[in-house]
Amino acid sequence: MIRGHGSEAVILPGRGTVQAGGERVEVRSASKSYGSVLALDNVSLDVAPHEFVSLLGPSGSGKTTLLGILGGFIQPSAGSIHFGGRDVTFVPPHKRDIGIVFQSYALFPHMTVGENVAFALRARRLPKSSWADKVKHALAMVGLAGYEERGIAQLSGGQRQRVALARTIIFDPRLILMDEPLSALDKQLREAMQIELRQLHRRLGATIIYVTHDQREALTMSDRVAVLKDGKLVQIDRPDRLYDHPANAFVASFIGEATLLPVTRVDGASVSLDGAILRTGRPVPATGDLVLAVQTEKLLIDLDRQDPTRNHFSGRVADIVFQGESLRVFLTLDGGASLSLRQPSHYEATRRIPPIGERVNVSLHPEDTIVVPRTES
Amino acid sequence: MAAGVSDPSLRHRRREQGLMFLLASPALVVVLALVVVPVGWLMGQSVFDHGFTLENYRRIFVEPIYWRSFSLTFRFAFEVTVLALLLGYPVAYVATAVGRPWDILIMSLVILPFWTSVLVRAYAWLVLLQRTGVVNHLLADLGLIDEPLALVHNELGTVIATVHILLPFMVLPLYSAMQKIPRDLLQASASLGCGPWPTFVRVFLPLSLPGVLAGLTLVFVLALGFYITPELLGGGRTIMVSMVVSRNVELYDQWGAASAVGVILLACVLAIFVVVGRALPLDRVLGHR
Repeated sequence: MIRGHGSEAVILPGRGTVQAGGERVEVRSASKSYGSVLALDNVSLDVAPHEFVSLLGPSGSGKTTLLGILGGFIQPSAGSIHFGGRDVTFVPPHKRDIGIVFQSYALFPHMTVGENVAFALRARRLPKSSWADKVKHALAMVGLAGYEERGIAQLSGGQRQRVALARTIIFDPRLILMDEPLSALDKQLREAMQIELRQLHRRLGATIIYVTHDQREALTMSDRVAVLKDGKLVQIDRPDRLYDHPANAFVASFIGEATLLPVTRVDGASVSLDGAILRTGRPVPATGDLVLAVQTEKLLIDLDRQDPTRNHFSGRVADIVFQGESLRVFLTLDGGASLSLRQPSHYEATRRIPPIGERVNVSLHPEDTIVVPRTES
Repeated sequence: MAAGVSDPSLRHRRREQGLMFLLASPALVVVLALVVVPVGWLMGQSVFDHGFTLENYRRIFVEPIYWRSFSLTFRFAFEVTVLALLLGYPVAYVATAVGRPWDILIMSLVILPFWTSVLVRAYAWLVLLQRTGVVNHLLADLGLIDEPLALVHNELGTVIATVHILLPFMVLPLYSAMQKIPRDLLQASASLGCGPWPTFVRVFLPLSLPGVLAGLTLVFVLALGFYITPELLGGGRTIMVSMVVSRNVELYDQWGAASAVGVILLACVLAIFVVVGRALPLDRVLGHR
């Protein structure tokens, strides 16, 4: 994992020395069925202390069910959950000592910001004299210093999100679960909050399990990303590994904006696309249907000189879509297949794009030539 | 200014308002004809008897029979309201908590008695509660009592039957308020360390207060004016305000006195609405709006 683990004392700014506690979380062969529907199918997951793991998948993939099981709101039909080696499968939510940030924020509308943030202190029967300092500190951590007396209805969506965070971190939970906490925010605020959450995670030292259906969000924040589909764990890996070494066509299509093209195996290092031989830097699976996953940014437009070490495609420009910082160019290959690529919108890159309908040559490095099984293996 | 008059958006808005008024007018006419006119007539009658007089009001404040009736009626309405809340809150809570299809079943059972006449239900209670009724027989057979209990022809019987009849008016607003409480809030409370009971006290109960208030007001006001049930089950000893009105008209042909009683009851109800509206921190419950 990228960030350090262990339970050494760390210095947090403005906070003095605290024993940074991140919980080890183990999910052992957890399944959950509702009648005949299998919402979670034999999922095992081992999350290290301090780790930030995202559960990524489309709706109905089981990620929310898994989060519900970790939170204690859903009991698995089979399997078990362990926090720090302790079996908590049937421990009720209020005894799990974990923080949860809800998609809807779930702030108590009949309480002020300060009362919301102090809720966990009250639940733990901490002396009232100690509340004010802790509330003040928690609000400062999320950039809402001085908001104690505000009502919830007076806050913007982003501010509510921060209050929900402050309410969770105030009791220093060793594990924080987050259920799509940023999905209601607009794009700019969401991206700013992603970076803030990353930094907050580093300062807190807590283990975070984060549910999202936004692959970019998962890649941005996580130490590791677990991809789920139809209740099954398809792949769990570091964001860069997941992106460049997807386990199958589903992961390749869900992460990034890859085009999938059916190919046939030639040998251990090359495949054939409509008769053209493509070399790949990775071992080609020996059996089963194969697809080539072409990520838009990995394709380069060739002008005249062709680099013989690269795989080449030629076709015509079908469409060009301007999207601000980049342009997406859609191609129709001579074999009939469609591809798309991205060009940054600076002059050197855009001048390489031929007009719509003109011929174009593009190339892909063997290291970027990703060949994966069509179905889950 | 001239520009304001010719502003097409203003003209459009005025035409829209005119149409809205037209749409509402049938209801306005009904309210005017069936509420405002009779109540005005009632008020007039209470102070006119061959010229202006406050005699009817003087009698109410002087004669103890009126005082007894008013205090009895308010105590009765209070008892009914408290019992309806104690019985209705758990029903609404369970209906909210169990989910489909049980909530539909529970709420159907709550609403079902609505389709039976109040008169029929009053007689049914008479049969159940009388000295030789089902309840007394059962208690005697179980050996719990030696003598039949006086369950009817008194205030107790009246309260039991009235609570039964008014219970839906408590359960429905409670259920509607509870359904609006997001489940997330209860889960959030649990995740922050509150067990089921503290979660109920700190989150669920305060957020259900608008429903409690609506139910309390509805049941209290309805119980204040209850007539048939006290008349049938009260055994002639519990004279409610509504019965005083009826007797003044039917027995003594005293329309002026009956009107005065009605006006005072109306004034009391309005006063309650004002006090309740002022006293309870509703805006806080509804989220600082």
